[in-house]
Amino acid sequence: MTTAPHLPPHAAEAARIAAANRARAVPGRKVYVKVFRCDGPGKPSRWETFQVTVERGSNVISMLQQIAANPVTADGKKTTPVVWDSGCLEEVCGACTMVINGKARQSCSCLIDDYAPAEGDTITLEPMSKFPVVRDLWVDRSRLFHNLKRVKAWVPIDGTYSLGSGPTESPESQEQRYVMSTCMSCGCCLEACPQFNLEPDESAWDTSFIGAHAINQARLFNEHETGKRLKADRLDTLAAAGGVNDCGNAQNCVKVCPKLIPLTESIAVIGRAVTIHAFSKWFSGR
Amino acid sequence: MSQHRVIVVGGGLAGLAASVRVAEAGLPVDLFSLVPVKRSHSVCAQGGINACNEVARQQGYSEYEHFDETIYGGDFLADQHPVLEMANWAPKIIDLLDRMGVPFNRTAEGMRDLRLFGGSLFKRTHFAGATTGQQLIYALDEQTRRYESEGKVTKYEYWEFLWPIIEDARCVGIVAQDMRTMQVRAFRADAVIMATGGCGLVFGKSTNSIICNGAAAARCYQAGVWYGNPEMIQVHPTAIPGADKLRLMSESARGEGGRVWVPRKPGDPRAPKDIPETERFYFLEEKYPAYGNIVPRDIATREIFDICVNQGMGVSGENQVYLDLTHKDPEYLTKKLGGILEIYEKFVGVDPRHEPMKIFPAVHYSMGGLWTQFTKGSYNPSEPRPKHKSGSPAPLGADVGLGMQLGAINNMMTNVQGLYAFGEVNFAYHGANRLGANALLSCIFDGLFCGVSVVNYVRNDAPSKNPASDMPASAFDRVVDQENKKSQRLLSTVGQGSADAATNPYLIGKELGDEMTAACTVVRTEPRLEQCLKKLAELKDRYARVRLPDDAPWSNQSFTYARAVGDMLAIADAVALGAKGRKESRGAHYRTDFPDRDDTNFMKSSVARFDAASRSTTVTFEPIDASLILPTARTYGKKDVDAGAKKPAMAGAAS
Repeated sequence: MTTAPHLPPHAAEAARIAAANRARAVPGRKVYVKVFRCDGPGKPSRWETFQVTVERGSNVISMLQQIAANPVTADGKKTTPVVWDSGCLEEVCGACTMVINGKARQSCSCLIDDYAPAEGDTITLEPMSKFPVVRDLWVDRSRLFHNLKRVKAWVPIDGTYSLGSGPTESPESQEQRYVMSTCMSCGCCLEACPQFNLEPDESAWDTSFIGAHAINQARLFNEHETGKRLKADRLDTLAAAGGVNDCGNAQNCVKVCPKLIPLTESIAVIGRAVTIHAFSKWFSGR
Repeated sequence: MSQHRVIVVGGGLAGLAASVRVAEAGLPVDLFSLVPVKRSHSVCAQGGINACNEVARQQGYSEYEHFDETIYGGDFLADQHPVLEMANWAPKIIDLLDRMGVPFNRTAEGMRDLRLFGGSLFKRTHFAGATTGQQLIYALDEQTRRYESEGKVTKYEYWEFLWPIIEDARCVGIVAQDMRTMQVRAFRADAVIMATGGCGLVFGKSTNSIICNGAAAARCYQAGVWYGNPEMIQVHPTAIPGADKLRLMSESARGEGGRVWVPRKPGDPRAPKDIPETERFYFLEEKYPAYGNIVPRDIATREIFDICVNQGMGVSGENQVYLDLTHKDPEYLTKKLGGILEIYEKFVGVDPRHEPMKIFPAVHYSMGGLWTQFTKGSYNPSEPRPKHKSGSPAPLGADVGLGMQLGAINNMMTNVQGLYAFGEVNFAYHGANRLGANALLSCIFDGLFCGVSVVNYVRNDAPSKNPASDMPASAFDRVVDQENKKSQRLLSTVGQGSADAATNPYLIGKELGDEMTAACTVVRTEPRLEQCLKKLAELKDRYARVRLPDDAPWSNQSFTYARAVGDMLAIADAVALGAKGRKESRGAHYRTDFPDRDDTNFMKSSVARFDAASRSTTVTFEPIDASLILPTARTYGKKDVDAGAKKPAMAGAAS
């Protein structure tokens, strides 16, 4: 394993531990997958444990596939296949996010060798707790997408007719926007955030904390030449209840973001912009 | 004002581009997707999107040459007029995406940066890091969200398309199921756009997302929509083998200078960095001096397959070759290719900036798909031109409407009136092999260009006289009943005794994938295809006795999967029968028993038709529109070389 100088310290440390585990993992071993299950909203939850066989390169997805093909618990009880959300399986769609050994991350990029390197080790899977459970590990993240509407996370173009090219942009600006734009709406930052909590009442969504992902998107579009036409609208939303001032500065978000997006920097930038926006509104009387 | 509605099935690039275009024209859109649309498979596209651009133009490139490359790359199987129009529109599409805020990589001056890609000697691929598909779909997702917030688009996410409603030979809606509540219901529409992508899961492990099972297309096919060129399946040369899927390693790795090689000595035990240049066999560069590592995908795939399987020269004696970027500056690599290098690092645990990647081909894209029509544009020469000489002046300008007539109602309409197919799910544009970075283009082009056709059809054709909203409920109820019966049959198998290996839906699915990969990918022969068809018959028989593991009335994923397996079997039949019928080699379809291209008999579309009564498939070969370019031999300047000879290694054309 070569070192990864491009990673920030917390990610480099995790990569180092993972690599050490991987180096001692033996293919063909049996490990346990412990899953926090629930048949649907309002139904009781339960733990179920499955024994699985690990091959080189096995990840949480391939273990769940193994369980689906033979849904029998470790103590021999017949059960139903575990339900989970997934898509691309290469950590670019965000679908398969769940809480693994207590921390939210994508299950596709979670290699069993990294987490359960020894015979008989256990890996624990739970649904994210900040969103309502649909079934088992599948949660409903509608609120996350709703919050993108709150900050008008789009460029207000005049339509799809041919109107020439967009604004030119410096490579530095592109590199900064690109990183912000790799947010795959997975919800890790929200799961880790003490200010973002489960809110089943949809009518309360517009006044509850909007989350780091949406604040970052507001910054992304405020920094685009055409996107900034909606800057005032975005800052109005982010100055109101549930906006950037609800951030408790725990800084958990930036540590769990799988795409290494500088979320706390975005929160700081938007925080300053909201203050300036409030002053200029006060002085201009608008 | 209008009671008309349009349904879009699928929220990838094609579906979102169509939704935006149709909503903008003032027709309300109902958008159905298996997943929140932002998570559609388009996110996996890495390398970029092709279009003629000002730099390339001043070096002698043109929209016409892009068209010519695409036809040549597709081995002269695609209908030519639609491809011409797509190439002409490409620069406009880049401009639009740019206006939407896509963070395309930039030059020092702030212009859009360009990279080299397969099948071209000009830099004509625009890109956003190495996650271009993700960035493009995000831009369209954002525009769709904007229309959604204005009430012009209604999303039905986690809804599965089950069947088209076809009344008097006209599509007037769909039946769909909420994957959470399992509710099945009909939705009326004056036009339905299928934008449901490819069918990689039919081959088991592929580069595709878990949702790309082809079931939606298969359901249309079984409902009477024709399926064109089913046998044309692209196997991408460079993927990372994995337990659950084969992850794509983008062609951009080669476009940015990546070199493919194996040790000249089979089984050489040395670490790659210890093998000197002279003892490395850069087989693509030696065989194809002009294109080198950026030969089209089918060619690169066959060469890698040949090196590993026939010549036993794979790295460490296994089916793998090196894809080497270690000669490039690591910082440059991070800027241009960060996203894909990260994937390799995360899933293999090795940093490809410092150690060559080990890769092998994997099923990637379906050039074939639902059969579609078009109306030719105004460019209709008296006879086809010879193949364009690269870099020579373009024989015609890039005006809109030369290739396809904008707004003609049949553009990308299937044989069923009112049922359209956009993006990967149709069979237009890519012929027998798709060029890298043309997929994103064809998806968005369909949405924007043919979206206008849908609007015109709804406003000016059959729906304007007899809108779906006025039709009697019986037509819709009948299809809901049909789907409910199918569900009940499957669910009733729970508790009828445990599934054994023969009746387990997951194992049937796995065997299907293994068989299709073995018989219908890189190399095909008559006896193996016969054997495959027998296996498919056996799997269909076993599927009829399938036993499900779960009868939950809520979010029943294993039921959803088991239902799709039945549809995947129908597509598999079409693929195998198409491959058996096409007794020639062309593009991705390579028959060792018919190694040459046969233009007289097979420069034709294979068209699969499903007979519902007998549940059987027939394949016929039908003429194509080849009125613009004369076919030539597709060699990419290949030379014969000897693996053992220690020739000086050549720099790749891309480096």
